[in-house]
This record gives sequence, structure tokens and C-alpha cells, in this order.
Amino acid sequence: QFGAEFRRFSLDRYKPGKFEDFYKLILHIHHIASLEVMIGYADVHGDLLPINNDDNFFKAVSSAHPLLRVFIQRQDEVDYSNFGTNTLSRKKKALVTLRNDNLRRRPHINISMPHDFRPVSSIIDVDILPETHRRVRLYRHGCEKPLGFYIRDGTSVRVTPHGLEKVPGIFISRMVPGGLAESTGLLAVNDEVLEVNGIEVAGKTLDQVTDMMIANSHNLIITVKPANQRNNIIRSSRMSGSSGQSTDSTASHHSLPTSHMLQNFHPDEMESDEEADIVIEGSLEPQHIPKLHSLTSSSLSRINGSSLSHRLQRDLVLNNNSGRESNGNIHKLLSSLKTDPRHSLVIPRGGIEEDGTVITL
Amino acid sequence: MRRFLRPGHDPVRERLKRDLFQFNKTVEHGFPHQPSALGYTPFLRLMAIGTRSGAIKLYGAPGVEFMGLHEENNTVMQIHFIPDQCQLVTLLDDNSLHLWSLKQHGGASELREEHRFTLKGPPGSPPSATQVTAVLPHSSREVLYLGTESGNIFVVELPSFRVLEDRTISPEAVLQRIPEDNCNRRSCELVEALREHPKNPDQILIGYSRGLIVLWDLQNNKATHHFLGSQQLENLYWQRDGSKFISCHYDGSYTQWPVSSDNRQPEPLENTVPYGPFPCKAISKIYWQTTKNGFPYIIFQGGMPRASYGDRHSISVIHGSQQTAFDFTSRVIDFFIIFGSDPAAEFDDPSALVVLAEEELVVIDLKSAGWPAVHPPYLASLHCSAITCSHHVSNIPLKLWERIISAGSKQNIHYSSMPWPIDGGTNIAPDPPQRDLLLTGHEDGTVRFWDASGVCLHLLYKLSTVRVFLTDADPNDNMNTLGEDEWPPLRKVGTFDPYSDDPRLGIQKIYLCKYSGYLAVAGTAGQVLVMELNDEDAEHVVDHAEADLLQDQEGYRWKGHEKLKTRDGPVRFEAGFQPFVLVQCQPPAVVTSLALHSEWKLVAFGTSHGFGLFDHQQKRLVFVKCTLHPSDQLALEGPLSRVKSLKKSLRQSFRRIRRSRVSSRKRRGGSGNASEVQEANAKFDQDALQEMELAPVQRKIEARSAEDSFTGFVRTLYFADTFLRDSSRHCPSLWAGTNGGTVYAFCLRVPPAERRMDEPVRAEQAKEIQLMHRAPVVGILVLDGHSTPLPEPLEVAHDLSKSPDMQGSHQLLVVSEEQFKVFTLPKVSSKLKLKLTALEGCRVRKVTVANFGSCKTDDYSENDLAVLTNLGDIQIISLPFLKLQIRYPCIRKEDVSGIASCVFTKYGQGFYLISPSEFERFSLSTKWLVEPRCIVDMPEVTSNNHVHNKSGTENAARKS
Repeated sequence: QFGAEFRRFSLDRYKPGKFEDFYKLILHIHHIASLEVMIGYADVHGDLLPINNDDNFFKAVSSAHPLLRVFIQRQDEVDYSNFGTNTLSRKKKALVTLRNDNLRRRPHINISMPHDFRPVSSIIDVDILPETHRRVRLYRHGCEKPLGFYIRDGTSVRVTPHGLEKVPGIFISRMVPGGLAESTGLLAVNDEVLEVNGIEVAGKTLDQVTDMMIANSHNLIITVKPANQRNNIIRSSRMSGSSGQSTDSTASHHSLPTSHMLQNFHPDEMESDEEADIVIEGSLEPQHIPKLHSLTSSSLSRINGSSLSHRLQRDLVLNNNSGRESNGNIHKLLSSLKTDPRHSLVIPRGGIEEDGTVITL
Repeated sequence: MRRFLRPGHDPVRERLKRDLFQFNKTVEHGFPHQPSALGYTPFLRLMAIGTRSGAIKLYGAPGVEFMGLHEENNTVMQIHFIPDQCQLVTLLDDNSLHLWSLKQHGGASELREEHRFTLKGPPGSPPSATQVTAVLPHSSREVLYLGTESGNIFVVELPSFRVLEDRTISPEAVLQRIPEDNCNRRSCELVEALREHPKNPDQILIGYSRGLIVLWDLQNNKATHHFLGSQQLENLYWQRDGSKFISCHYDGSYTQWPVSSDNRQPEPLENTVPYGPFPCKAISKIYWQTTKNGFPYIIFQGGMPRASYGDRHSISVIHGSQQTAFDFTSRVIDFFIIFGSDPAAEFDDPSALVVLAEEELVVIDLKSAGWPAVHPPYLASLHCSAITCSHHVSNIPLKLWERIISAGSKQNIHYSSMPWPIDGGTNIAPDPPQRDLLLTGHEDGTVRFWDASGVCLHLLYKLSTVRVFLTDADPNDNMNTLGEDEWPPLRKVGTFDPYSDDPRLGIQKIYLCKYSGYLAVAGTAGQVLVMELNDEDAEHVVDHAEADLLQDQEGYRWKGHEKLKTRDGPVRFEAGFQPFVLVQCQPPAVVTSLALHSEWKLVAFGTSHGFGLFDHQQKRLVFVKCTLHPSDQLALEGPLSRVKSLKKSLRQSFRRIRRSRVSSRKRRGGSGNASEVQEANAKFDQDALQEMELAPVQRKIEARSAEDSFTGFVRTLYFADTFLRDSSRHCPSLWAGTNGGTVYAFCLRVPPAERRMDEPVRAEQAKEIQLMHRAPVVGILVLDGHSTPLPEPLEVAHDLSKSPDMQGSHQLLVVSEEQFKVFTLPKVSSKLKLKLTALEGCRVRKVTVANFGSCKTDDYSENDLAVLTNLGDIQIISLPFLKLQIRYPCIRKEDVSGIASCVFTKYGQGFYLISPSEFERFSLSTKWLVEPRCIVDMPEVTSNNHVHNKSGTENAARKS
């Protein structure tokens, strides 16, 4: 659906055909034929530009370099102010502010998403990470799927001042078919896990990393170095998408942002993100256990159901990243999906109290 | 998150933290794990024990303890004190020698390693040439004689360990003076024993393993006498006046030899096989002690008839017509005799026999009739039966303390009244600040009460719960009642008995109320006993109650162990804690949590199925609550018992290893096949460990769910008088936390004291909190209006605590394995939290509130949480703001049993097991620190001693 889904497909670069066909192809492969969508793409300068006729479609395809990144949004959600050079080359923060202003000014934009629209995963912080790394956020809100992956110990090769060095690392060892991790397509077996929710795993044991992941399972953000480096978002020509699996030639650990902060993830959110503990008040006789359980789960599912109202914001952010990259003319994309659980719970009338954590029965 | 990444650096707080917290491992309590060597110095009256891990521990008077560790972590094979010095030499199994000294530093003595040395042979010589088998520190204090496997005796200078090559006593030199028809080069292989002449320091007795014994004159460098034993030699001992010596042999015989100037090749005076005529095992060590009354004491190790008693670990004492073979439950490492230290005395007059067995120290009083055992003030065998749990109670009121001691003294009447004979050194540590009790629960159903106030962990009283139950073993079966005419005259001594009759008796949880003397004890088979302290013996019926924790859950069958059968009718209990009520959980799963409220007279207990509340005043079950998730089949079937049995089988296999080790006879390193057996055992050990570590190397990443197994497992129970329903009225309450992250709160109505027996206690569920992260709840605590933890029951009534603040609003602290979370009360809403696991990847294993006092000012103290994580780190977390104060690495994270055994005290100390038999004591507080501080002075007799020794020699010379 419209969650962060990524599809790759190829087109003839020189004979791309008509926009009409492309539009149909898009709708077809995404199984969204019944929806009105707006198609956009990122040009070489990192600007988000619309594709809506044969001309700009041809332009988009011919300037693709080497991938054409196409973004699809629902027609009625497209914030047209996002298009254009000015908006997108700004710093992200400014962008957020600006967009929020826009939202306030334009009350007709529906901020709650339709029910078929649910975040599943996202790549975040592309702007601050080395291009060999990928930071993936897995959402479990209202998701019945298991996280569904396994990790193992292993060795990874690092570039250090003393040359190549073998160091212990943590790797994804197995994906559970049908699990969340597999369905995102963003994680793969043999990807090296570098961070869990912004905390480096270097020096931590497998069990520690396991515990950290499980403790963060409601909102798991893992930074991996994908085993397959060819799918990376390319920012540098010398990368040319051929970096090997174990030789981390361009980016080693010390190039990770030292703050360990996840840029698109504010501490406040971290504090208030997941778990609203459930408190059941009142006297229940012990024999009511099964009933109690069903009650609990029904109230839970109500919360979960309503969590579909996650405010889903799809930002297409292109940062001018010249500060960190020498050849800063290459821009990269940032697709950020944000959920704010403070808005994710619909408060049942009279049942839930103002902080959203207590249910009184 | 940012908050944790950039901790606020408040300089005032940082300074205060330095005044409050400090981490020290202070002392090791209990019995050293795998002891391997024993030494004693009558001069300092200190005993030394070496272990297989290279530790060396010195003990003197109670409180006088020193510890050293060889860097190599190799087995200590031999320990020898340098005569009349504060020095000792150790021999390790890598053939290295180490010189240790007791030196005074800062007003207290310290044990330090001074030198190390490995004997080097000429290039190309086999390692056996320099493999040290016997060590003799000469009374001149200047040299060491080192007997080797090659038969050479090397002389090294002290303390430099310089080899005096010209003084080496080679087999060739020895054989020069011995008629060739009796001996050849092979007679001088392997030096078994070196003994200095008691009166003449210029003569040493050399015993070679093939039976040849030579008296060597150091002055003239020649053999003056030789003695031809027909049997393989094990050891030698001089009689006090130096006119005779005794040798013991591999065939279980011992021989007395005369030493006189007229016969250079004497025949034995007497050759005895004490446990003959059938083949006997070797006598590996022997003492010959003279007495005033003329009958000597012959004390030797081993020598039992090979076929029927070859598996016994015995030491025999023969004195006139009296003969006893002390029978030990574990292998005898070594022993020594304490006798009059005055060298001028005419007789030895031995007073005590000190035996180091593999699992305990046994001291026998040789002066009192019947040779009773002496109760050791330290080196207690904590693991007489395996420790299954422990519970610490700080600051015991004097009254209760005295009552426990008095109950314990009635159990100790069979011990000798002799004062502890190893009494060297002076304890200069300040008196312990308070009386502390450490209670250990054991696999055999006993609870041992230890005085944990000071450096010496001392057994005060032992409680057995076995009498309540009918077990296979008849408790009247007494191993000591052997008939008069039994031969050999074996007498079982010591307390080490690792073989439990019934694992269901195992104690799992203990809760002692120090004010009322009520004790609750819960065990492996779901038994919960409530006891009261009674100063007299009593016979009474123990009331029974069943608590069906499954209630309406139909169709499940418990596949674990059965409950213990109880004894019908009145049972006789000795003075001490006497059970009056037994609550039996059904199914009889292991009790996983226990709480006692002595003021309300209530006891709460939990298992993997649920929890219950029992009114022990009215002897009535108040309620039970099933916590089981209906889908949790595993818990219902009792897989815990399966887990347990796996653990048990592992333990048994280790026991087997231990047993085979026990039966393997001690040999010197590198020689004989026993060391091979040991090696094989060690390898087996390692293999077994590796096998255990072969757990799958991949870990599943999955969020917890309600469907997980063992979510209903009750991990913690807590009584609190707080605001559960509304903010105007407080009431008694019971809180329970489960493995699945659920907290239940019950509102209790306890009738006032005057109607306590008339009205029932009522309970009503008031709250149920489901933590969304679903991690096991390991601690629940209510903070009063001043954010102070609520006092213990009866603490206020005894004026030992301020009344809790009931004006301000109370807060609830829930500690899960992953998070600390503070909620408001009565309306439970999250106030703040600390997400430990998400940040650090460690999990909470143990948590306690501890009071920390400032070492600078007497009037400042604060309550914090002391936390032990699964990584073995200790963290101190502030209350009520949950800020990490400080972190110390404490236990290796691989040491799972150490982490599981850790217990914190209320004043920032703690204990954990470093081996099955030893507690390490640590302190987190700057103020409360219990560590040995002692001083060993050189006695002043040194010069006299030598003058006398000289004259003695002269006398001896004149006589001869």
C-alpha cells in the first residue's frame, strides 16, 4: 500500500514511452489502480519535480543517474509547495517548520491517513549516514506481523589507521518468511548491525544486542551496513555501487555521527513513543480472568485500530550535503515517515484519561 | 535520551557521590574452592591454604586473614613456612617457587609476593631433573633444600633463590657411602621427603621413593646413616628428641627406625601394618608425637584395607589403646598437628589435629576424652549442602540475636569447648557496626543462620524443615553409631554432605522478620512454612492448608514433581524456629516469590501459576489469584521441573567428576597417573562447559507478547500501606509482579488487633497494570510523600524508623528487567522512567533499596537503588528521580551462578558466590565496610629458641 514501499523496475532509458503508459505501469505494479496519485521524481539537483506529462517524464528518465527515483503520493495529499527548488534544498528543520505552517494555514489538508495507509518501515537519516550504511525503522504499531529476524555473531573487516582489521560484529542471520523485517525489503541476511536506536553495538555481546533490540521492539531503529551494497543510495561517483560485502572501504565506524543522535527522531518522541501501559482499575474477582483478558485485548485492539490514524507525513527531503561530502553536488534523498504516538491513540469516550495511558473500567 | 547521553555535571552532586559511594571487594567468606595445599607455622600460629586456582589464604585468630593470588593461577602444590620468620614458600604445579612475606604497612600486616623462582637444570636435561618433589626450609632461615624427581637435592639461598651449586646433594654423592649390593642408581630416584634433625640442624634425613632413607651430614657433606626400607616410601617424621624416626609406606605400613652413632645401617625397630593383614592403601603422611604419659600419638593419613575401605578418606589416631579412624566425606588434602610450641619442652603433647579435606576444615581436640571436633570460627563449609538461596537481614535487634545464638548453642553441644587453637595475629579491625544475619537456604531443606557482621562468617544456628515431611531417609539414621568392636574404628567427622535425600526439600525463598521473630521459608515443591522462634523444645502439630493456584483452569495436568508428604500428628521440634503452619501450593511448583507481613500476620507466596495470601493468625487462606495465561501450556505442565532436572543432571555429572577426582589419589605434579586423571578430569570439565556454551549462536529478535511462556510466573510480592483506591484513605495492599510484565494490586482489609481473630481478612483486586514492554517485573516499591521507601513492617512500632509520610502523594516504582518506572498513586499514571536495556543492553537481575551514609558527615544519608545487571555490573540509581549515579563492574558476566546468588544488604553491601563454597563480600558504601585488618607480630622467642636449639644439639651429641 502506501506505506514506505519500494519497487524497482527498469525502463528503456532512451525510449521511455508515453507518460500515460508509465502512469498505468506505476499503478499496476503498486496495485493501486483505483487511486488518483501524483508522481514525482528527484532530479540531479535533488529537487522533487512532478511527472505529469510526456515531456517531463522523458526529461526525468533521460536525466536519471543511474536510477530514477520516483515518488508517488496520493493526489489529494500532495503539498504543492513541496515542489520546486526553493523548498527542497533547505535544511530539513526549516522544511518541517515550513510545512507545519502550511498545514496550519491550509486546514483542508487531511492530516490523518486513510485506514489502508500504514507505515511499515522507513529508511531514515540518509543525510547524516555514510552511504554504505542504512538506518531502518521498523514500526510495530498495530502490526500483527512478528519482527521476524535473527542475529548472530560474526567478524567484519574495518579500515583502521593500522590497515584492515578483523573485528567482531553482529549480523542478521535469518529472516522469518512473512515477518516485518522481510516484508520491508530493507534488511537482509548478512547485513551487519551497527546501531540499535542510535546506540552503537560495537563492543556489545550478541545477548546484549538481542536485549536492546527486544527492549526497543516497539519502535526499532537499526543501522545496518547492508551485505549487498549495490542498492545503496549513491552520493559519490567513486562509490559506483560496487563496494564489497566485507570491506568497508569508504566508511568505517569512526565516520558515524558521534552524537549517536537520530536526527529525524526527537528525544521527546523517544520518551513518549511507544508503550502506553494499561492500567485496569476496579475489583475483579479472580475467576473473571478469561473475561479480563478478553477485555484487555479488546481495549488494546481498539487502541491499535485507531492507531491507523498515525499522522503520516511523507517528506521528500533533499539535503545539500556539501558539508560532509567533498563532491557535494550530488544530493541524496531522504524519505522520512514520522509517527507521533501522542496522536496515535484515539481516546475512547470516557474510558481513557487525559494522558492516554489509563483505562478505567 | 539526550538526557542520558549528556549527564548533567553538577559538581556538588559529584562531590557528594564521592562521599557516598565506593566499590570494594572486601573479604571472601567460606571455604576455599578446590584447596590443594596446607601449611602451618607454630611460630606465628598461622595456617595457610593454597588452592588449585593459585590463591593462598592465611588464617590465624578469628578475624586474622590474608589472601594472595599467584599470577599464574596454577595449583599450589606445597606450602612451607620459613622457620621463625613471617615468610612462606609455595610450590606451584608449574614447578615455580614463590616467596611470600607478611609485612606491616600502614598499621596492618599485608601478604605480598616477594620473589619467584623456577629451578633450571643444565641445558638438555629432562624436566624431571628439576621437578621439585620435596621442599625443606632449613632452620637457619638461609637456605631451602629442594628434592627433585631426579634424586638431586638442590640448595637455594633465601630470599634471593640463588642456587648454591656446590652444595647440591647428588645421588652419586649419596651412593658413595652405601654398599653397592644394597643400592644402585635407581634407589635414589625421586626424593619423597626431606626432614631436618630436630636437634641438630646440620643433619637432614632424605627419603627416596624406592625406600632408601639417608641421614645426611651437611657439614661434612656425607651420608652418616642409611636405612633400607623394603617398601616404597611415602613420608618421614622425626621423633622429638631425634633418636628415632618413623617412615610410612605405599603398602600401608609404617616403620620406626633408631638413629644411633654406633650403627650406621640400623634395622627397623618395629614395622606395622595398622589395618592389615589384607592389602592396604598407602599411608601418605605420618606424625609421631610424644606425651608425658609415655604413650605416643601416631597419626597417619590413609592405610585403610584396600578392598573394603579403600574409598574412605581417613586419618587415624593411635594413642595407647585408643584408636580412631576419622572418616571424611571428601578427599583429605593434608593435615597437621598442633603441639606445644616451646622447644624446651620434653614432649610434644599434641593438642589438636587439623585436617584440610577437599570440602571442609575439621579440627579434632586431642586433649579431651573422645577426641571431639572443634567448631571452627571461620572457613565454614557454606556448601555442606548446595546453597539454593540467600537472604540478608541487617541490624538484628539484640534480643533476637541472643535467642538465635542460644538456639544454636544447643545444637553445638557435641563440639569441644577447646578455644580455637590457630590463634596467631591480632585482629585490629573496628568492631562490626551492627549485627547482621545472612540466611542461606540449602538443597537438603535446611536454612543456616550466619553471623555476617564481621570478617568471620560464623554459623550461629541451623534450621531444618525436614521434620515436617516424610522423606525416604530416616532422620534417626545416625552414621556415627558404630558398634564397639567395629574394625577399622571409623568415625564420621565433618558436616559436608552434598547428597540431598530429596531435591523437593530445597529451600527457595526465605523471609525473616527481625522484630517479631517470624520466619517464612518456601521450597521447591510448593511448600511454604511459617515459623516462630521458640526458646524451648516443643512438640506440636503443624497446621496444613492447600492453596489451589489453578482454580478453575480445567483440563490441565501438572507433570512436575509431587508435593512432599507430611508427617501426621505432633512433631517434636528442637529449640529455635518451629513451624506452625504449612501452606502447600497446588500444583506443587517451585515457590518463586515470598513476602511476610508480621504486623498484619499475613504471608504471600507465588509460583509459576499464580499467587496467594495466607492469614497465619487465623490460619486461613485469604485468596488465590491465577496468573497463568490460558495458552501457557508449558507452565502448566511443569516444565520448570524439566528445566530443573536438566540442571540436576548437569549437576550430577559434575558430581561424578568431583567424585572421581575425590577418589583419585593425590600425587605430585607431573609424576604418576593421578595427575593424568586430574588432567583428564579438567578436560572433561572443559568439554562439559563447552558443550553448555554450544547454545545456538543466533538469537531471535521478537517483541514479547502475551502468548509467551511463563508470563504468569510470579517474580515479586510486596506489602504496602498506601493509597490504592483514592488519595484520602490509605489501606494495606499486596502487590505482585509477573514475568509477563503484569502488576496486580490487591486492597486488603485487616481487622483491628482486638477483633483480629473474629473477622476475616478481606482482599479485593484494585488494579492491574500491564507494562507494554512486557519484561519481567523484578521489584515493586512504594515511596511515601517524601519519596522515601515505605518502612518494613513493625519498623515504626519498634521506633526504628520514622512513620511514613501519608500527607504527600505516594508513588509506585515498578522495576522490570528492562526499565525502572515511577507511577503516581492512587491513579496509576507514568511519571518517569529509566530504560536500562534499551540504552545499555543489560537487564536487571537484582534490585534493592539501600541506604547510603556520607563518610564526611554523620547527618546525611540517602536511599538509592542498588542494581545488579545480567552483565555483572552494579549500578546505583537515585530515588526518586532514577538517575544513574555510578556503575561498577563486579561479577564476570559469564558467572551466571555468581550473579544469581547475589544478595544486597540494606546498607550498601552485598554477597555473591564465587564458588559453591565461598561468598565474596563487597561494599558500595564509603561508610559501611567490613574488611580484614590485622597485624602479625614476630614473637620474641627467636633468639632463645636458637640458643636452646644449640644446647639441645649439644645434649644430643653428648648423649650419643
